[in-house]
Amino acid sequence: MAAQLQFRDVTLGYDRHPAVHHLSGEVASGALIAVVGPNGAGKSTLFRGLVGILKPLAGSIERGLDIRDIAYLPQTADIDRSFPISVFDFVGTGLWRSTGFFGGIGKSARGKIAQALASVGLTGFENRNIGTLSGGQMQRMLFARVLLQDAALIVLDEPFNAIDTKTSADLLVLVRRWHSEKRTVLAALHDMDLVRGNFPETLLLARGKVAWGSTPDVLTAENLIEARRMCEAFDDGAAPCVAQDTASRAA
Amino acid sequence: MVLYDALIAPFTEFEFMRRALAAVIVLALGGAPIGVFLMLRRMSLVGDAMAHAILPGAAIGFLVSGLNLFAMTTGGLIAGFMVAILAGVVARNTELKEDASLATFYLTSLALGVTIVSIKGTNIDLLHVLFGDILAMDDPTLLVIAFNTTVTLVVLAVIYRPLVIECVDPVFLRTVSRAGAPAHLAFLALVVVNLVNGFHALGTLLAVGLMILPAGIARFWSRDITGMICIAVISAMVSGYLGLVLSFQTKVPSGPAIILVAAALYVVSVLFGNVSGLVRQMFPAPHLEA
Repeated sequence: MAAQLQFRDVTLGYDRHPAVHHLSGEVASGALIAVVGPNGAGKSTLFRGLVGILKPLAGSIERGLDIRDIAYLPQTADIDRSFPISVFDFVGTGLWRSTGFFGGIGKSARGKIAQALASVGLTGFENRNIGTLSGGQMQRMLFARVLLQDAALIVLDEPFNAIDTKTSADLLVLVRRWHSEKRTVLAALHDMDLVRGNFPETLLLARGKVAWGSTPDVLTAENLIEARRMCEAFDDGAAPCVAQDTASRAA
Repeated sequence: MVLYDALIAPFTEFEFMRRALAAVIVLALGGAPIGVFLMLRRMSLVGDAMAHAILPGAAIGFLVSGLNLFAMTTGGLIAGFMVAILAGVVARNTELKEDASLATFYLTSLALGVTIVSIKGTNIDLLHVLFGDILAMDDPTLLVIAFNTTVTLVVLAVIYRPLVIECVDPVFLRTVSRAGAPAHLAFLALVVVNLVNGFHALGTLLAVGLMILPAGIARFWSRDITGMICIAVISAMVSGYLGLVLSFQTKVPSGPAIILVAAALYVVSVLFGNVSGLVRQMFPAPHLEA
């Protein structure tokens, strides 16, 4: 299948310190990939680079699709929960691509929003203020918005963190549905059993790529131990990366 | 008849009062919605900082062509825009947050203005700029205010949706659209336009009052942004009207009178507002079953 995303020796990070270091590889269209790794492995950073919020320090990310065709669910959504907006209106923002600045929310759009809310079990919550939702309800609402975005590539950053098993199971049904609809899904996850049971492909990340391929081949004891050995700390005295020099000389 | 004499007669008898009333109504229409967004974006004090940024611009305008409406408006707009845009650009492209970046630029603008004025060595009476004079609204000033309010409402309609999304979930907006940054800059421009509008009537120091106080009032009466905007506009108009009456009857200067009435409405809202008002919290309605 054609590659939808290509990581070309990409390095992403903050203040010159790499959080994802020289990652190469490609994501096929329609793939369902778990991105796994310890805290600080660079999973969220990789996603931020992927959706264009963070510019690579070196290398590149080639996207075979419009950046607006990506639905992104960040780990700690930067949502102002005190803002006076209803669940219905909030989920409705997922229709941005079709409504834009002025497009009205007509009968069919309202139907879509209601359907999305029903899919995540939030029927009846339409007029609630987003500030009144529980953590699980909030995550359900964010999934409803992703549903409405109708994106070809869906990026979920630790979507089941601090979510009870019932909610996780419900939301996992949506992930499988997206996969069956041939959408590409990347999800950062910590629950290895969940990954083994549901995700055919896994990228094990620890700043660099430890392994990337079919889940049983990647999630071996040796690979997981190697990933844990990664160093989390920034080293202010670190020397400039030699690999980067070599790459730029080659270019 | 007493009520008529107190509340209506000043406006039927004196043209300057009618003009002042027209001015506050127009100011309320443009400024109050901007104030609501300033509050929801946690930028209430940014308005205040911007008001300081406008002062030197208006002063330079005054220096160049005296008490000329257009020179002062243009000077204020230019100074305000420069500070808003530079602060916005720095905040978006560096790690400095908007408030810190704005503080740097408005202080620079203020210092620059004072320097220019002192080099010229003119002893300018800036009382007009500082406190405005809503009772001296002539036709051109009213027209400028009305024009600015019209521009505000049209631009706000254009950027309303991205502005709301950027308030609630800025990361989401960044992933679906590039409208976030232009909408934010346009919003800052509207803040400047309305501050310049306000300074003709209330002066730079109080201009922001008719934007922020009504927004604060609205927060206590509505949980919905449309409702908040409506309440803010209405309370700004009521403050303007009652402030003018108060000023007329008691000889309190009109600008401060308007802001004091708004402050009184604010206190009433804090106490009795149905959204988290203090009295309401002391006597809560019984909770529901589900």
